[in-house]
Amino acid sequence: MSRYLAIVPAHNEIGAIAATVAEIHAAAPDFDVLVIDDGSTDATAAAAAPAGARVVSLPFNVGVGAAVQCGYIYARIHGYEVAVQVDGDGQHDPRDIPRLLAALNAEADTHLVTGSRFLERGDGHRSTRARRVGIALFARLVFLLTGQRVTDPTSGFRMTDRVGIELFARDYPSDYPEVEAIVLAHTYALHTREVAVQMRPRLTGQSKISRSLSAYYLVKVLLAVLVSALRSHAQTETSPLSEPAP
Amino acid sequence: MSLALIRAAAHTSQTTATLQRVAVIAIAVIAFAVVFELVRRRALMERYALLWLLAAVVLLVLAIWRGLLTKLSSEVGIYTPVNALFAAGFVFVIVLLLHFSLVISRLSEQSKVLAQRLALLDEQVSDEPKDATSKSRGGAVGES
Repeated sequence: MSRYLAIVPAHNEIGAIAATVAEIHAAAPDFDVLVIDDGSTDATAAAAAPAGARVVSLPFNVGVGAAVQCGYIYARIHGYEVAVQVDGDGQHDPRDIPRLLAALNAEADTHLVTGSRFLERGDGHRSTRARRVGIALFARLVFLLTGQRVTDPTSGFRMTDRVGIELFARDYPSDYPEVEAIVLAHTYALHTREVAVQMRPRLTGQSKISRSLSAYYLVKVLLAVLVSALRSHAQTETSPLSEPAP
Repeated sequence: MSLALIRAAAHTSQTTATLQRVAVIAIAVIAFAVVFELVRRRALMERYALLWLLAAVVLLVLAIWRGLLTKLSSEVGIYTPVNALFAAGFVFVIVLLLHFSLVISRLSEQSKVLAQRLALLDEQVSDEPKDATSKSRGGAVGES
């Protein structure tokens, strides 16, 4: 068993999942691949297993946040030292995983590394204009709340070590978790870094954030982030990270 | 002539008032019966039935006890008794809805945790039988 785990949340990704798993194996052979099948109605789980992934199948659709958290619980139970989230739809390029790992290991106090598509001007896949405006808004909000400069707060391409695994296994936001997870990590004083990556257009499936849902998404995330920031005051004093690490 | 008219009018308004009371009592009794039946069929938990039974009792008391509503509403300074009723009903419903939102939130959290646990255990268990069978096979081969 490897010390590293790639968590791949997948909901009806039968067209991309086998390729994603194979790509991770090829680009990052040190990583075990765990596909979290989030109540897919197609044969996502059956397609992922032959490609060499361990598969955890949720009995019904619980949302990407709970699915990812399930992966972190798995990583905690099995004692993995590093976990990276890779979307099952092919947006994240597994060839960036070694660079994320290098960034994570570069400084001892870095516990969380996020792949950002805006850190450097690349020619990779970029979002629509409306989405970029929303992302900039979230970045501004995250800066106001945490004082951290984050260029791509909605990126789900994230790698963390034992400290982050323990935290996310215990507490991970639901619905649209990315922005909230940054604030959460800050609450628990996890030092984070961004690494420039290029994202690709998704191979299959639809974005979970359709046009009609984007207003809901915006408001929901704003509320969640604000509440999460208010919650932080009560929790920072009893941060689990203040306990001596084993 | 005019006196007779007034008397007739008073009479009819009294009849409608009585009719209304009977109707309200009937509604309260029906509500009571429906809630009871739902509990009996185990479709409704006692915990949540209590709220509705309480509401039916309040309705019943108000219908039977003439003047209670008028008295209560004038005491809190509401001129029209029916407005007091609406206000109280509104508050009751809002509180109930909030309560249900809390219950739903708790249930979703619980079902999320259950789904995660089940999925993780499922993965473990589906791994184990293979090991068990391969072990027993190995043992059998060793014996022969």
